[in-house]
Order: sequence, then C-alpha cells, then structure tokens
Amino acid sequence: MRIPILSIHPIKVLRTPRHFSSKSASRASKNRSLSSARPLPQEEVESDWGTIHDYKQRAMIPYHPARLAPSIQERTSAAQEMTLSYAGTVPIPITSNLQLIQPEDDTPRGIWPVYRLMVSTHRRRPQNALRTLEQDGEIRDPAYDGINQPVLRPDVTTPDDVEDNLDQFRAFLAHAHPYQSDEIQKSGLLRASKYPYVDTNSNNTLLRAHRQIVRLRQMDDILLNAQRQGRISFYLTCRGEEAILMGAASALEVGDPVFAQYREQGVLMWRGFTLEQFTNQCFSNILDLGKGRQMPIHYGSRALNYHTVSSPLGTQLPHAVGAAYRLKLAGEPNVAVCFFGDGSTSTPDFHSALNFAATLNAPAIFLCRNNGYAISTPTSDQFAGDGVISRAPGYGMAGVRVDGNDIFAVHAAVREAKQYALSKNAPVLIEAMTYRQGHHSTSDDSSQYRSVDEVLTTTENHDPLNRLEAFLKKHDLLSEEDVEVMRKQERNDVVKAMEQAERRPPVPMRELFTDVYHDMPLHLQRQQAQLEAHVKKYPEKYA
Amino acid sequence: MLSSFSRNSFVRVAKSSALAKSTRAFTAATQMAVREAINAAIDEEMERDESVFILGEEVAQYQGAYKVTKGLYEKYGDKRVIDTPITEMGFTGLAIGAAYKDLRPIVEFMTMNFSMQAMDQVINSAAKQYYMSAGDLACPIVFRGPNGFSAGTAAQHSQCFGAWYSSVPGLKVVSPYSSEDAKGLMKAAIRDPNPVVVLEHELMYGVSFPMSEEAMSKDFVIPIGQAKIEIPGSDVTLISFSKTVGLCLEAAEALKAEGISAEVINLRSLRPLDRKTIIASAKKTGRVVCVEQGWPQCGICSEIAAILMETDAFNYLDAPMERVTGADVPMPYAVDLENASLPQVEDVLAAVRRTTYRKLAA
Repeated sequence: MRIPILSIHPIKVLRTPRHFSSKSASRASKNRSLSSARPLPQEEVESDWGTIHDYKQRAMIPYHPARLAPSIQERTSAAQEMTLSYAGTVPIPITSNLQLIQPEDDTPRGIWPVYRLMVSTHRRRPQNALRTLEQDGEIRDPAYDGINQPVLRPDVTTPDDVEDNLDQFRAFLAHAHPYQSDEIQKSGLLRASKYPYVDTNSNNTLLRAHRQIVRLRQMDDILLNAQRQGRISFYLTCRGEEAILMGAASALEVGDPVFAQYREQGVLMWRGFTLEQFTNQCFSNILDLGKGRQMPIHYGSRALNYHTVSSPLGTQLPHAVGAAYRLKLAGEPNVAVCFFGDGSTSTPDFHSALNFAATLNAPAIFLCRNNGYAISTPTSDQFAGDGVISRAPGYGMAGVRVDGNDIFAVHAAVREAKQYALSKNAPVLIEAMTYRQGHHSTSDDSSQYRSVDEVLTTTENHDPLNRLEAFLKKHDLLSEEDVEVMRKQERNDVVKAMEQAERRPPVPMRELFTDVYHDMPLHLQRQQAQLEAHVKKYPEKYA
Repeated sequence: MLSSFSRNSFVRVAKSSALAKSTRAFTAATQMAVREAINAAIDEEMERDESVFILGEEVAQYQGAYKVTKGLYEKYGDKRVIDTPITEMGFTGLAIGAAYKDLRPIVEFMTMNFSMQAMDQVINSAAKQYYMSAGDLACPIVFRGPNGFSAGTAAQHSQCFGAWYSSVPGLKVVSPYSSEDAKGLMKAAIRDPNPVVVLEHELMYGVSFPMSEEAMSKDFVIPIGQAKIEIPGSDVTLISFSKTVGLCLEAAEALKAEGISAEVINLRSLRPLDRKTIIASAKKTGRVVCVEQGWPQCGICSEIAAILMETDAFNYLDAPMERVTGADVPMPYAVDLENASLPQVEDVLAAVRRTTYRKLAA
C-alpha cells in the first residue's frame, strides 16, 4: 500500500498563535509573501480576545533551530491564523503541539488553544510548511486566498527520500509526542506517517475505526427511526461525536474501566459489544444483558469493563475517582476513564470528583464532550469562563483541549493523558470540542432552540466521518466503492439484528424479583412464587 | 410530649444506663460504651479483611467527630482511614465507585442529616444499581453515622432517617441500641455484600452496657433482620429501635408497679423488619404501642400498623395500636421546646394506659 511520505522540516514549528479572522488571513496572504522577513505589526497581534502567551516556547528543547531563527518562526507563525468554531462559540485558536498543560506550568490566559493534528509537508520550504487536515482530506496551505487552491502533493515518494528524512522525521515526532519517543525509535512503523496509530504494515486500527463509525452511524439512524415508528420507546444518538468515542476507545484497553454518561455507545462498540447485544437491550428481550431493567441506551457490560449507564447526570464522576483510587492501590497499569458532556460540568458531582481526584492523586481521565448544547442550553449560557478546560488549573490538574472532530487528535490526547496519569498518579481533564448533530434524544426537537441551518452547515463542514473518509480516500486506503459496500453491509447487519431482537420473547417475569439483594430475601421469594403460580393459573391472560 | 418535661436529656441518659444494668442478669461481663463497641467492630473487620477501609470527615487525625474511629488512623494509616474534603456527594460517590470495584468501604456521615446531600448517590447509585445492572455492579458498602436527635442541635441536625432509608428496596437498614447490638450489627453490616445503612445514636455513644463473653469475640455477628425481645411480658407490647428502646424499658419498669407486664421489643433491623417477632408478640399480648423519635407520617410505626392490619395479628388485637412519635414539627432548639417535641416516658405510659383501657382519652 502506498503511503504518501510526508516530510518535515527539522525546524519545530512552534509559533505564537494569533487570533485572526479569516478576513485578515486573506489580507495577510495578499499583502506579503511568506518569504518576507517583516515581523507582524503589534496592532494586528492584539485582538478582541487578548493574546495567548506562547507557553509552548518554554517547552522547547535547548539549541533547537527554531530558537536560533526567530524571524523564520515569526514568518511561519504569520500563516497560523486558524481558528476553530463549532456551535457558534468563540473562535478558538488551533495549535499543532499536543501538550498537557500541567499544574506547574504557566497556564494560558484567555482562550485555551485547541489541539488538532497537523502535518507538515514541504521540507524544502524553510518557511511555514504547516498544513492542516482539512474537511475534505486535502492538505492545504492555510494561507490560500480561497480562489486558487494550491493542493500540495507530498514531494517525496521515493524510498531514498524516506531514508533521508527518517531521522529528521523521528526527531520531530519525538519532540511532538515525547511519551511515544521510545516507540518511535524502536519501531519502523511510523516511517511513513505522522499519525501515531496508522500502522503501515496493516492499517488495522484506522480502518477499524472507520468501519466502526460507519456501523455506529447506521445503528443510530435505524434505531432512531425504530423509535419514531414506535418499536422502541426511547433512543439517543451520538451523531457528530464518533471521533471522540473511537479515538478515545482506541487509545485505551479493556482493563481501563469506562464510566460513561449515555452518549458513548461508540466506546462500547469498539470494545466488542455486538449489534445483537445493543438491540437486545433496546428491545428489552430475553437476551438483554440488563434483564429488562433499564431504558434503551442504558448499556452495561462487566466483561468489557463498561459501567452500566445511570441516568442522573454527573454521578459517574465520583465513581470514576473511586475506581481510579482502587486501581492505584492495587498497582494496576490502568486508568479510570470518565465521559460526560458540557452540561454535566455544572453538577456538584463534577466539582467534588475533580477536587477529590486531584487531592487524592487518583489516576483518572475526565473526558468532556463539549458538543455545544446541554439539551437546549447552549454553552454560552452554561459557562461564563472559558469552557470546561479552564477549570483544570483551578483544581490543580493537568488538562488539554482537543478538536473532537479530529480522530487523530483525540487518540493522541488520550494516549498522552493515560501515560501522564499512570506515571504521575494524577488526573487529567480533556475537553473535546465537537458538535451535537442530532437532537438531544428522541424526546427532543432541537429546531426549537437552534436553527436548522446551523445544524446543516456544521454537519456539512465539520463531520468527523466525512473527514476521516476523505483522509483515507486521499491516501488510497479506501475507495468510494468500498465505502458504499461497507455502508450497505453494516445497514443490513443492523436491520437484521434489530428484526431478530424484536422477535425474541420478553424477559421472564421471575426476573422482577432477582438482584434486589445479593441473596433473595424470603418475602421476595414468596412473592416470586405467588406470581409464578398466578401466571400458571391464568396462562391465557399472560400469553 | 405535652406532659411534664422537667427532666433534661442527661438525666434521660443516666436513667437508661441504670436500667440497662438492672434489667440484665448476666455472668461476668465487661462494660463497654457503644462507641467503643463500634470502634472494636470496625477495627476487627479491618484487621480481618484488607479491602475494608473507612472514609469520612474527621475520621483520621481528629479520631472521629464523635471519637468512634479513635485509634484507627494510627493503626492502619492514611490508605485505609481517609479524611475527606467536605463533600458528602463526592466522597459517597467515590466510595461507591470503589465498592463497584470490590473494595469494602465504610462511609461515615458526620450525622445522617448530612447524608441527605448524598442521597442521590446512596439511593440511585448504591441501592438500585445491583438491580439496574442486572447483577453486574454489586455495592458492598456500609453507610454509618449518628441518626436522630441530640441535645440542642435543632432541626438540621436532629432528623431521624429510619423511615426514609427503610423504604428503599436494595438497602438494608439497621439501628442498634446497646453495645452488643452495635458491635454485632456493625460486623454483620461490613460482612454483608449489600449496601447497609447503620443508624447509630449520638446520645448512646457514651452509654455503657455489659458485654457478654460471646459478644467480645471477633466473630460475633448479629444476623440482620432479627429483632430482640429485651423484656418478655404478657399485657402489652412496646416496639421501638435505637435510643427510644431505653424509653420503653423505663416505661416497662414503671408499668410493673401498676401491675401491667410490658414486653419490650428492640427492632435492631429496620429493613428487613422482623415481622415474625412483631406478629408473634402482638398475638401474645393483644395490645401494641410503637415508639419512635421520627415524624409520625409514613414512619416506622406506620409500617408496623400496616403489618398488624394486613396479617393474622389483626384478629388477636384487643385494642387499636397506639403510636408515640416525635412532634410533626422540625426540631426546635430551646430545651423546653425540644423536650416537648420528643417522646417522653409519660407519653408512653399514657399510650399504654389507653390500650389497656385504664384511660379513655389522650
């Protein structure tokens, strides 16, 4: 399989992020070329949102070439007017450097930047060679003027060049992802790619993630329609957040207990929950692992270390801390991972759990899916401060904000967080910025509080599945026909599983009395026997 | 409640202990205060099983807000005796998360009133979760703390939670009276794989009771769900739990002089209620007076009234059941008001006289 080799210039592309609107970006590109050495005038640096301190500079390796050539750095930073904005939130500057802001660091004042994986292409251009992974999979010069799009093809395709660049490549990666430097040095697998979990020998992980997202989408679509048809009573989709779920799940192991809120069926699917098990739970039939006790989407699996979903918001956060404490005491190399949304960060449990995790030194990862809405409450009503991540230094925790629609970024962040949590027995807060494309649940009609236009635009421009597919197609890992075939296959699988689940008999009535206590008490045994005798006596009424 | 209330709570305490000593005819027995008994139970269970640990506010270096956990921090260190920040919801949730993962936490609430802050975790995450997760998530946890009235602590520190907790399926609720009860029930609670709420009483912590040799052993466990007949009798049954058992014992003493033989039942376990003992006693005496400190509506006494109505015992009643409960008001602070809102011996005596038709009206 031909993996395009993306070469990088050895200059580490650190830059001071600038807040620029797209208007000034195009202005910047028109007014000066990247080869000019003129530094940016001060007034363009200050913006409505203040300046972000370049805290990343402090993490630089001594004698790094970039330090010696500040002009080059300034030039490179000129083109970094990239911001992220989902759900009409304040535009957030994008950074290409994944760095957990630790309690000892100086924390950013103003808006915390969001990490998105970026790749560098041209090694021959000393100036900015940063590109971003665009929606359509193209790797594009961000300074383009919107009319002529210089699509840059990687300029290195021959094996010689690969060998040439390998050391530089490795050095760059080792700096960008310090916790993976051993892996990078040892394995040859990253020779072709910057993406930490694209295994060039077998693209298992990435293609598996793609397939799982397709399956998840189909399952969400079909079960949502089943609810509208009255076949199940309730459903809740995770449309738009799949990159977070698959990215995080692929960075974890089964030994890491997951405390989910309710929108994380993707994590369970990655771990191995089958379509049959999903649909059995939704239809509460005899094979339901939950024995018909819970509403749909309240999945749980002891075997897959996924704690049964509990409806009250935020209650799973202190549970995660307790579990993490237990893991620490037992000395296991696992972390407790806790998912929650932006609304849950207002619950008292959030505060208690984060404070506890930090004071008790519990290795827990708190992953917030900031999807813009808590049912109908937009994040502008939820937070007066800078979202969720700005609270991390308040609790004395490490934290990082990532682009939740970039599966690579989420994966890298969770991997880094796990390493950090295990090595320092400290919690990490990750805020993943994304957008909730669907309604809150089947009991919600989101057109009441947000415009359909906004949903359609965001879906078109920032859909994680489209991004991933575009990337895979771009690098010839997948073709359009493959995708079509896959979609059809998965759809058929889901429909088949659903139809089978619907036809199965319901949970037997004797399960009404089991599991209240560890050993069934006498009065419940008697009631169970009474009920069974009653049903036996009037079988026609209970057919 | 409206009768004379010249006695203050300290006299009440002293009387109970004197009564305790006199009503028990024992062989050589060591005296042990209730708090020491609880301390011994926790200590022995922590020694026996490494996964048992205790957490709560002030349990470690302060030796416990009521000194119940005295000496445990020195003995077991800060991994197993944990001082928590002031967030009941937080540390209860944390303990429940640890219990899901097969540790056996003991959560101390400074008073059970503060457990209201963690009520969602106790009910939704501990009590119901084994059922909701179809057996996946067991929660072998103990919630303990002083329940009910104290001396001059007013409304937000004096509520009785027996009725609220005992109505929840999935929880077990126990409430000891004497030191033996305290030790045996605490050990049973810690060894039980279900979530158990232990409702202690602050004014009983300092009261000493004789402990039999059997009770001093390390495996002394009182099975949960067994009531105890403190004094057998034949004319009227007095049913109670926790501190008001002392009240019933005093009343029984006074009734002996009037020629009424009262049977005193110490419930010990509120969920499951020992229905067998209650029904058997009601059948024997035909008259029942139930005493509790909590509010009258939907209380423990209401449940006992329901039992007497729904079962065989109804046919044996010679008089309607009488309840003696706390006044239907939040607990006031002033001494005279507080005494007026709690059941007193005179109220129990008056209730007994009504059931035995020696008095017609309240």
